[in-house]
Parts: sequence; C-alpha cells; structure tokens
Amino acid sequence: MGIKAITFVSALVFASSTYAQDSNQLNVEGEIYASTVAAPSHMENVDTLYSGWHFRSGETQALQLDDFDNPGMVFIDQGIDLFGKVDGSEGKSCESCHENVEDFAGLRTALPRVENGELVAMEDLVNECRTERMGADAWKWSSTNMTAMTGLIGFQSRGMPMSVKIDGDAAEFWEKGKELYYTRVGQLDMACSNCHEDNYGVMIRADHLSQGQINGFPTYRLKNAKLNSVHARFKGCMSNIRATPFKEGGNEFKALELYIASRGQGLAVETPSVRN
Amino acid sequence: MKYLLGVVLASGFLTSVAIAETTSPSSVKFTDDGVMASLTGKAGDAKSGRSVFANRKLGNCLACHINSDLSEQSFHGEVGPPMDGVADRWSEAELRAIVANSKVIFEGTIMPAFYIDAGYERPLEKFAGKSILSAEQVEDVVAYLLTLKEE
Ligand code: HEC
Ligand code: HEC
Ligand code: HEC
Repeated sequence: MGIKAITFVSALVFASSTYAQDSNQLNVEGEIYASTVAAPSHMENVDTLYSGWHFRSGETQALQLDDFDNPGMVFIDQGIDLFGKVDGSEGKSCESCHENVEDFAGLRTALPRVENGELVAMEDLVNECRTERMGADAWKWSSTNMTAMTGLIGFQSRGMPMSVKIDGDAAEFWEKGKELYYTRVGQLDMACSNCHEDNYGVMIRADHLSQGQINGFPTYRLKNAKLNSVHARFKGCMSNIRATPFKEGGNEFKALELYIASRGQGLAVETPSVRN
Repeated sequence: MKYLLGVVLASGFLTSVAIAETTSPSSVKFTDDGVMASLTGKAGDAKSGRSVFANRKLGNCLACHINSDLSEQSFHGEVGPPMDGVADRWSEAELRAIVANSKVIFEGTIMPAFYIDAGYERPLEKFAGKSILSAEQVEDVVAYLLTLKEE
C-alpha cells in the first residue's frame, strides 16, 4: 500500500512537471513572439526549437509577459542612464554619437559576427567605443554596467528573429563552436549536448532542462536577481559539471556563442528574459 | 623519540594495509559479468549508501533517477530509468560495474563514471586526478541498490 501510494504521487508530480514546452504562447505586452520554430537544417538531431521560457514554471513565465512585472526592466532603465552619461577623456557619452538607441534594432539578432578576421560579440563593440572613441576604461565582460548596456541594446531587437551568419568567414568559428558544444568536459565528463540536446524537456533533479538557448540574453535570473551575460551562463554550466570554464570574452566562449546563436535561428529575441 | 618512531612505523604499516585492500580506480577489473570483487574487500553499508545516493555533492543519483525509496526528497530527476526494483534487474557485480564506470556498460551514456580518476578533460583543479566517489562510497551505494527489490 505504502509503496503504491508513493509511486502514484510521484507519477503525478512528474507528469505535471513535464507539461510545458508545447502548451502555451509567449505573448509579451500583447505581441506574440516566435518561441517555437522549426530547427535550421544544420541541426541534425533536433526538429523544433523552443525558447527557454517554455520550460520555466508558470510563475516565472508570467514575469516576462508584462514589462511592469519583468524585474529585468530596471536594468534596462539603468542602461538608458548610462547611455546618456559622459565618461572618459573625450568628454563624450554614447548619445554624443549614437543619437537614438533605437537605431540598434536588429543588432542583437546578428551577433556575434566576424570583423577583420575576428569574431566580435556585443560586449566587444561596446568596449571598442568606450576605449577607442570615448577614452574610457573597458567594462568587465559580465559587470553590472556591461549587462545593463547589452540589455538596453538587445532590447531594441526584442521580437525580431535570431539570424547569425555562419558561412563565409564565420564558418571556421562556427565549426569550432560546434566542436566545443559536443565535447565532454569536467569530472562529470559531459558535453552541452548531453543535457541541452539529448535531454531537454526532462527534469534533472529540480531543474527542467531546456535547449540552452541564448535568445533571451542578458537574462534576469531570480537566483541572483540581476542580468546575466551569455558567457556567465556558459561558465556556470561548466562549473556544475566540474569543468574549468573558458574565459569570459575569450575565443572559445565567443565561438560557442556563435554556434548556439545559430541553434536558435528564427527564435524571437526576448531580452531581457526571466529565468530561475 | 623511540616512541615517535614507533607511531610513525605503525601508522605507515596501517596505511599500506588499507591501500593493499582497496582497488584503485585504474585497477578495477571489468569482466563480462561485471566487477566481481568488492573494491574495499568488504561489504558496503546500505544505510550510508542511501545518503550517498541522495547527496548532491556525492552521488547525486537522484538528479537523474526516480527512486520511491527516497520519497522524502522532493525532487527526483528523470534522465535515467527509475531505480525501483533495480536489484531484480542487475546482479551485484553488474551494479558495481555500472556505478564504477557506467560507460563500460552503456556506451555514450550521460551517466558519470563515479570511480575513475583520469580520462576526463579540463576538470576544475580541486577535482583533478580524483574520482567522484571513494571505493567505500561505491560499495555503500552498491549495497544500497541491492536493497531496491520489487519481487
Ligand atoms: C565618438 C563617437 C562614439 C561614441 C561616443 C560611441 N560610439 Fe559606438 N560607434 C561609433 C562609431 C563610429 C561606430 C562604427 C560605425 C557604426 O557602425 O555606426 C560605432 C559602433 C557601435 C556599435 C556597433 C553598431 C553596429 O550596428 O554595428 C555599438 C553597439 C556601439 N557603437 C555602442 C556604443 C555604446 C554603448 C557607446 C557608449 C558606451 C558608444 N557606442 C559610444 C561611434 C561612437
Ligand atoms: C548536467 C546538465 C547540463 C550540462 C552538461 C550543461 N547545462 Fe546548461 N543548463 C543546465 C540546467 C539545469 C540549466 C537551467 C535550466 C535550463 O534552462 O535548462 C541550464 C541552462 C543553460 C542556459 C540558459 C538557458 C536559458 O533559457 O536562459 C544556457 C545558455 C546553457 N545552459 C548553456 C550550456 C552550455 C553552453 C553548456 C556546455 C558548455 C551547458 N549548458 C551544459 C544543465 C546543463
Ligand atoms: C546525469 C544523469 C545520471 C546520473 C547523475 C546518474 N545516472 Fe544512472 N543512469 C543514467 C542513465 C541515462 C541511465 C541509462 C543508461 C543509458 O544511458 O542508456 C542510467 C542507468 C543506471 C542504472 C541501470 C538501471 C537500469 O534499470 O537499467 C543504474 C543501476 C544506475 N544508473 C545507477 C546510478 C547511481 C547509483 C548513480 C549515482 C551514484 C547514478 N546512476 C547517477 C543517468 C544518470
């Protein structure tokens, strides 16, 4: 009796926790976002792409639907202040040259990209303007100022489909990222693919595994109550499998970012998304 | 001085005995029937194995396996098969092989090898050259799994 009753209860718990990915629509501020789309042809083992939003609990999901409830919006506001703030030896703010932040619409969907033979992420573009054009110090990759700024710039593309370039001079970086995605690392000896490709939709202890998409970054996490960069998230997943993470802003993580962005081809940008 | 030397000798003697009885990760023998001999030369303790199974810093087996015997724990993962009745499906030697190095039994599995100390890339420094579980903990987990019978 005891055992039967317990099995029944746990069956119920698991049934209700795996419901998510097909059941509802991501409707942000009254606009329906592409949060499930057909996978691009380069993905051999996955047919449908799902935003990470689908795998979160109802309460967490709700926070992203209305900008008044979205706790990430505070940081977008901080980004607006920073955009107008003079800094550095040239006495300039971002606004001195970029009159309207809305002109950055579409940029998030296309990064990282290759410039002069190097793979460039949004953080690189921001720091290039700070150091070369403002005479200001570079911001650290995942600092509060940087995520506020990449949040603000990414927000201008919200709702637009992800579409990084992966051919031509991007191909070698993309291949490198793909290799990293499928390489097992750490004492637990796992690859990103083991969790985010082979087991999305499945519970791993208390977590509902998603496809590990990056269309919502920087992401507000309830866990640390701030915006989190793509590379900080990669770092966290590597540490969890007891692997030495690559450097934030380094070539490995940028290549991985390009590859994973390409695995999100067509998903709407959700910046700032809300996750646990 | 004489006394100190005696202590040093005695403890040296004790450790070498312990080492002789414990099979190191690299010398575990896998046969077609599994790993036949206990890694410690002794039977494991099922009660302690139960806590290794649940402990997030040790086995964390519950991350991937539903287990009705641990219903007091609120989150059971579902990456692998449920552990209910696992002792009806596998022998002791097979369970020891699965826990020590699941990859020998299930090719390409996501399940970590719990008793290897090399062959993985880029470990965090504090885990380099170490196995996830000690020989004792492996034996304790095996003893615990053997209690999970349905028939
Ligand atoms: C002195 C003028 C100047 C200042 C100040 C400046 N930028 Fe720029 N920024 C440029 C120029 C010039 C480019 C390259 C040409 C282009 O693509 O618009 C550029 C490019 C960029 C790009 C890439 C745009 C794209 O579509 O490729 C981003 C992002 C950017 N800047 C962000 C910032 C931010 C954030 C700040 C403030 C921290 C800032 N910039 C300050 C002049 C400036
Ligand atoms: C042991 C399983 C596991 C492995 C291996 C793993 N992750 Fe994760 N990852 C998780 C969990 C659990 C979460 C949080 C729930 C979710 O979104 O899947 C997560 C979340 C993420 C997210 C955030 C998704 C979102 O919607 O915000 C990204 C991005 C990510 N992982 C990337 C990676 C990368 C890159 C690798 C390889 C370096 C990796 N993960 C390896 C378990 C794993
Ligand atoms: C990351 C997930 C994961 C973790 C952690 C994990 N396992 Fe597994 N385990 C699996 C998967 C998946 C299988 C199925 C084999 C395969 O990959 O085909 C499995 C299979 C097994 C089997 C065979 C079950 C059967 O009925 O066939 C046993 C026994 C087992 N695991 C015990 C353990 C023990 C004990 C631990 C902790 C010390 C553990 N596992 C930790 C994923 C995991």
